[in-house]
Amino acid sequence: MLINYLKIAIKVLLRHKLFTFISLFGISLTLLILIMVTSLLDHTFGSQPPELKLDRTLSITMGLLTSKDGGQSNGPVMSPYFLKKYVKSLKTPEVVSMSSFHNRVITYKNRTKFRLDIKYTDSEFFEILDFNFLEGNPYSLNDVSSRRNVIVINQNTREQYFDGEEAIGNTMEVEGEKFRVIGVVENCSILRIMPYADVWLPLTFSKTPLDEVTLIGGFPGWFAMMLATDESDIPAIKKEFQNQLALVEYPDDKWVEIKTAASTYAEAFSRNLRLSEEGNAKPLLIILFILMILFMLLPTINLVNINLSRIMERSSEIGVRKAFGASSLTLVGQFVVENVIITLIGGAIALILAIGILEIINSSSLIPYVNFSLNYRIFFNSLVICLFFGLFSGVYPAFKMSRLQPVDALRGESS
Amino acid sequence: MIRLSTIEKVYRTAKIETIALKDVNLHIKRGEFLSIMGPSGCGKSTMLNIMGLLDQPSQGVVEIDSEHVAKFSDRKLARLRNAMIGFVFQSYHLINDLSVVDNVEIPLLYRSMSGSSRRKLALEALDKVGLNARTRHFPSQLSGGQRQRVAIARAIVGSPQIILADEPTGNLDSVMGAEIMDILNKLNQEEQTTIVMVTHDEILASQTQRIIRLFDGSQVN
Repeated sequence: MLINYLKIAIKVLLRHKLFTFISLFGISLTLLILIMVTSLLDHTFGSQPPELKLDRTLSITMGLLTSKDGGQSNGPVMSPYFLKKYVKSLKTPEVVSMSSFHNRVITYKNRTKFRLDIKYTDSEFFEILDFNFLEGNPYSLNDVSSRRNVIVINQNTREQYFDGEEAIGNTMEVEGEKFRVIGVVENCSILRIMPYADVWLPLTFSKTPLDEVTLIGGFPGWFAMMLATDESDIPAIKKEFQNQLALVEYPDDKWVEIKTAASTYAEAFSRNLRLSEEGNAKPLLIILFILMILFMLLPTINLVNINLSRIMERSSEIGVRKAFGASSLTLVGQFVVENVIITLIGGAIALILAIGILEIINSSSLIPYVNFSLNYRIFFNSLVICLFFGLFSGVYPAFKMSRLQPVDALRGESS
Repeated sequence: MIRLSTIEKVYRTAKIETIALKDVNLHIKRGEFLSIMGPSGCGKSTMLNIMGLLDQPSQGVVEIDSEHVAKFSDRKLARLRNAMIGFVFQSYHLINDLSVVDNVEIPLLYRSMSGSSRRKLALEALDKVGLNARTRHFPSQLSGGQRQRVAIARAIVGSPQIILADEPTGNLDSVMGAEIMDILNKLNQEEQTTIVMVTHDEILASQTQRIIRLFDGSQVN
């Protein structure tokens, strides 16, 4: 019976090429968008190297300061002094790190110009993040405090700058100073904002005076990361930091209030989108969920309409099948099988398109060091949801038709 | 085999009420071949559809093989149609997307049966109607007479005890019509299949054992 259904389904699909195209276009576009969006989200926020401990990592990236006259300053404004005094001193995290955001510098070697994104970090930076060292090691606490001219570079910089030469032990000029390369790590995507750089240097080489007593400022912006020993310690860290905030001294007499929070990635992102003052990730997740449902709803409405007209014009077939022994339930089953087939074909098209598009994005240098991968779990989940809607959109019209008296169906009467 | 008692069928719309059948009483015996005649719109097809459980009467009792069908569920009615009744329609009602042999297999799809057994029975049925050379063709590739023979093969493939034929020769020329009548006669004589045929054709009706005449929804004989 299934083979018979399959034959009919394929014939019907081939007979109405426009309807089939619209159905398949709707299903595959929806799945494609879902796959692309989730791949992007996974690549940006998911736990992947070098951010493998995201589940127990908190960060302080943004702040909102209010002045006496009601003026506000917000963004990645927290000064190195603030981070050092009020964050590095926290007791509850296992490790605390502070580092700058990346900034672009130009350097030359044999009259060749190189554009490098550099980042000033402490040694704890490499404890929290799991960089894959292809060669050498990260710099130590001692290297940072005693201002040793050592740097870590990424794979791409090794290939471009050293061009086949040995990188480890070799020197490289950055911001007018010579540094010895002590480690080479795998490239990290620019979308991973906290670890990303081409070159990492000890923060003691930063041009920003780290000990200047001010709450905000410091080019190019600074942030802190905190690693909890266990995920369950996160609330305690947040609480300790909030207690710490209550003790903040306002040195320059300009600012009267500071608002910031130790947040997970999703919470920080949610706050940046102004979805939640407190950095609660729930509104972000709710919005993502609603968007996903809306994405799914469009092809469903489209499918219901197409199925209705498709099934209505097959009323004679329904009449024949009923006359020869098909029950209403069997007919509903037949149309559902047809819908499942078209959904699966749409899913296969989406999968092929997604693999192709992600490969094109990865191989182009549009986004530095990006490596989008297809999330099969997400693909599978999207397919299940699509199948559900496919079933839903098929069941209603089929149910409507299957309730007809066989004689009315044979006459082609749909009501 | 089939008993209709005080059957009435009324079609109601918001404005009008049309009586299609009025106080119809009929008993058809096993193995009988009878025809229903009457002018267009007199209720012949309605009567046939009620006998075949394709439509429900507004009043009255339908019995198939001594069973009252009024309270049967959709599934039980479907099973009864599948096991007992084969239909032949004037406009064939073949599924154009399926090949001849797949069309003939349709009644067997709703029985628990292997694919190979289905195929074997379908080919045997096509052989009986002389169409074994066209099993892979599609309905659109056949003449009217050939299509009706496919429809008959579909009607007999499940060995039903009753065949209900609604103007089976209505769309065919006299030669083709005679061929179809031969097949029906053979089925009735050799396999004792009960056949009820709606027709306008006095000559064809005269070949059957009994003629029921309808006028304005009522039996006149």
